[in-house]
Amino acid sequence: MSEREPIPSPEAFRDEVVKSYPGKVGKKRAKHILVNDPEVPAEIEANVRTIPGIISQRGCCYAGCKGVVMGPIKDMVHIVHGPIGCSYYAWLSRRNQAATGDGIANFIHYAFSTDMQEEDIVFGGEKKLAQACREAYALLKPTAIGLYSTCPVGLIGDDVHAVARQMKEELGINVFGFSCEGYKGVSQSAGHHIANNGLFKNVVGENDTPVDHPFSINLLGEYNIGGDAFEIERILELCGIHLVATFSGNVKYDDIAQSHNAKLNVVMCHRSINYMAEMMESKFGIPWFKVNFIGADSTAKSLRKIAEYFGNEDLTARVEAVIADELAKVVSVRADVASRLAGKTAMLFVGGSRAHHYQDLFSEVGMTSVAAGYEFAHRDDYEGRRVLPTIKVDADTRNIEELHITADDTRYSPRRTPEELAAAEKKGFNWRDYDGMMSQMKKGTLVIDDISHFEMEKLIATYKPDIFCSGVKDKYVVEKMGVPCKQLHSYDYGGPYAGFIGATNFYQEIDRMIGKRISKLISPPWKQQSA
Amino acid sequence: MLDSTPSTVADRVALKINPAKTCQPVGAVYAALGVHGCLPHSHGSQGCCAYHRSHLTRHFKEPVMASTSSFTEGSSVFGGMANLTQAFSTIFEMYDPDIVAVHTTCLSEVIGDDIPTIISKAREEGRIPEGKVVVHCNTPSFVGSHVTGFSAMVKGFVKYLSESTGTPSTAINILPGWVEPSDMTEIKRLVAAFGLPMTMLPDTSSVLDAPATGEHAFFPKGGTTLPEIKAMGDARATLSLGTWASLDAATLLETTCGVPFQDLDLPIGLAATDRFIESLRGLAGVEVPAQIEDERGRLVDVISDMHQYLSGRKVAIYGDPDHVIALTEFCRDMDMLPVHVLTGSVGNAFETRIKDILADSVPDANVKAQGDLFLLHQWIKNEPVDLLLGTTYGKFIGRAEDIPLVRVGWPILDRVGHSYFPTVGYLGSLRLAVEIISAIQERQDRDAPDHAFELVL
Repeated sequence: MSEREPIPSPEAFRDEVVKSYPGKVGKKRAKHILVNDPEVPAEIEANVRTIPGIISQRGCCYAGCKGVVMGPIKDMVHIVHGPIGCSYYAWLSRRNQAATGDGIANFIHYAFSTDMQEEDIVFGGEKKLAQACREAYALLKPTAIGLYSTCPVGLIGDDVHAVARQMKEELGINVFGFSCEGYKGVSQSAGHHIANNGLFKNVVGENDTPVDHPFSINLLGEYNIGGDAFEIERILELCGIHLVATFSGNVKYDDIAQSHNAKLNVVMCHRSINYMAEMMESKFGIPWFKVNFIGADSTAKSLRKIAEYFGNEDLTARVEAVIADELAKVVSVRADVASRLAGKTAMLFVGGSRAHHYQDLFSEVGMTSVAAGYEFAHRDDYEGRRVLPTIKVDADTRNIEELHITADDTRYSPRRTPEELAAAEKKGFNWRDYDGMMSQMKKGTLVIDDISHFEMEKLIATYKPDIFCSGVKDKYVVEKMGVPCKQLHSYDYGGPYAGFIGATNFYQEIDRMIGKRISKLISPPWKQQSA
Repeated sequence: MLDSTPSTVADRVALKINPAKTCQPVGAVYAALGVHGCLPHSHGSQGCCAYHRSHLTRHFKEPVMASTSSFTEGSSVFGGMANLTQAFSTIFEMYDPDIVAVHTTCLSEVIGDDIPTIISKAREEGRIPEGKVVVHCNTPSFVGSHVTGFSAMVKGFVKYLSESTGTPSTAINILPGWVEPSDMTEIKRLVAAFGLPMTMLPDTSSVLDAPATGEHAFFPKGGTTLPEIKAMGDARATLSLGTWASLDAATLLETTCGVPFQDLDLPIGLAATDRFIESLRGLAGVEVPAQIEDERGRLVDVISDMHQYLSGRKVAIYGDPDHVIALTEFCRDMDMLPVHVLTGSVGNAFETRIKDILADSVPDANVKAQGDLFLLHQWIKNEPVDLLLGTTYGKFIGRAEDIPLVRVGWPILDRVGHSYFPTVGYLGSLRLAVEIISAIQERQDRDAPDHAFELVL
């Protein structure tokens, strides 16, 4: 692979792609494709509409709300109000696992829908939705019920919130609704925000039982795909850090209801959950910072920052001991894998955080991420949170409710005084921090937002990366082109890839994919002879 | 696993749990992929298209190309005309398909977008280049199921494209129904064995079973061609396989082009394949080729040889109506007992037909259209079965109740093979029979105590 032809300039690539589109479309796409300069990340266009007809990776608002953020809460019944497809497709397709055998109901393997028919569209579906709640409660006695609106619900004017209030009263359990119709916003991202709002308004703070632990935290934006949260839980437990709630992988309703009593929030997927971190800080006084448990070194760094926050010597010592012990197991595998993979190239186009986080794993085995981009992230995920004040709020975003949170009258209890926050900051401890993808990527790499199918094929054909990371819709296109494609939504049914064990798994998985013998056997012998 | 499912069946009128169907548009996508040079287009929110592509991809492990109108809140208020018009420009410029097959979604149906008007306007504006074709079908998600969506798209192709020139051809039309690329290949082989020229619509062979070559063909080499669909109007007969998936298009070909049709089951199992072969024999006017008769004989031979493993075994069959009907008859003919038979799709005709098939063997079978897998599980808790026959979604019931599952139908998300090895025809039925027998034997081997675990069991 080292004798590969010189890589065409990213500027030339960009110009050629833009030229291939019809005039106006090209002009719009040009703003989404940047040649990176980590010192001064340029302004990228993100979180805007996908042009109709473009084959995009993106899904809808409902998918972000029910599918991503809410669906993993295991002891809730999530009733999708709409035609059957929306519930069906979000059923078991995202691999958010949840523990069983702990005496808590686990409805992860169930899908619930009102299966709206034509008469429900014509005459309204509120009565059917209410009846569906009654039937779910009678059968399953869930801790709480969530109601999720799909496209037609908003159009016919069914009020899921009114039904929720009525059912909460009637059934005596918490019932709350989400106006997460698929057409809202421009991608799944709007759904994340709506889910954050609903969860914050209806669940967080519902259980005031104190958390009796000196080092209690919430982990925000970790959805336990392939068991990632299990591995993070294992590590935190070894360190003696108490996890109150994960939003929302392997979690039960009551954990989230009690989460406002934790001492710290740490954020994994900034895109999908930063709203929650901000709102909990405003209302309850819980500070937050960004962590990353993808990558062994990143995991160590994140653990150290948590320990530094608590400033307890015993905790720090214990965290260091865990890191030393766990890293010792990782390094030999890493060195072995790196001996084969160092110098190879990766491209990552997925989600709203993984296209960034997974670059850490690649660099740990000496690989370079030569192109990357998000499916539904915003400018701050690319350029860092410092650009937040300058982000234009367009009509699509304005339609998504922004909650204005003030301190809780009785329960606001700042874990750090403003002076303490400032003093820590002065010493280099960053709060509410996320520097984004671009500052970490090398100069001259390509950053492409909401990559289109056309751009993806062109990128692969031009640069021939050693591995491409994407989702299931792209997976077999890329594989057909002879390039291994690692799914970073479903992990190709593997995992965990978080934490120390996860890092080892990932190194070995990439080694397997890049080295697989069958890739060298695509061309039959008779074609090789004639060539 | 599924610990919360109670065995007591309570009436539900509003809540579906663990569906045995999905919505119409995905069927329209699958049908459109079986037309050469065609790009399926979803007129709705982009989530619909993403979900359909993802699901079809998981089933076939192949690229599935489709575009979307990417509705926003604005389009939901003002209508989706601007989105679809823009989509035509983008699609023809970027992907250059021969044909775009538009299907609607619940959103565009509730808004009331008039697709034919949008298409003609786009054509007038030059957004659809000369010589390029756009067809459409209506697939509101709140009507029917994925199977009727497939049917609607096939009908849409016929409606827009098939013409009668007044000069009948010697060819026949095959509407294969919602089956695998492998099944389509096998049906073509059987028809060819009778020397009958034919057009199959749709035809996903060499589309969704593409070989690895180091290149990705955006439009793979397979698929029914536009001239072929056009000429279907001149065919001398249509064989409609699977009432739910194919009858509408067959009926339209008869009413608009005068092509008579025969409404047949999917040729899965002995009796249904017999009827299909009889139809081909009648149309070809020749004897059944010896090779096919031998294939039939082998199927009979295996069922007869292995009868002890099949006879009296209780089986639960679930999935799409056309599949479930054929599978129920097949199981009955092998002396298995289909005690629970369920589809998620709509249709009283389904229940009537299943009860008819089982009238003399399992007269008190549980049979339901518009059912769900939660109900199926409850039935099984009350009357356990030896085998599950259906889609991947049954694996959770299988694990909960410790019952083997033979995967058949759509979708099969967690196994490969279905797109390469058929279940139609005598050979395909033999493969299916072997899978069923093997599943039962594996279980017997696993469960036998040491003293009774023999070389041949």
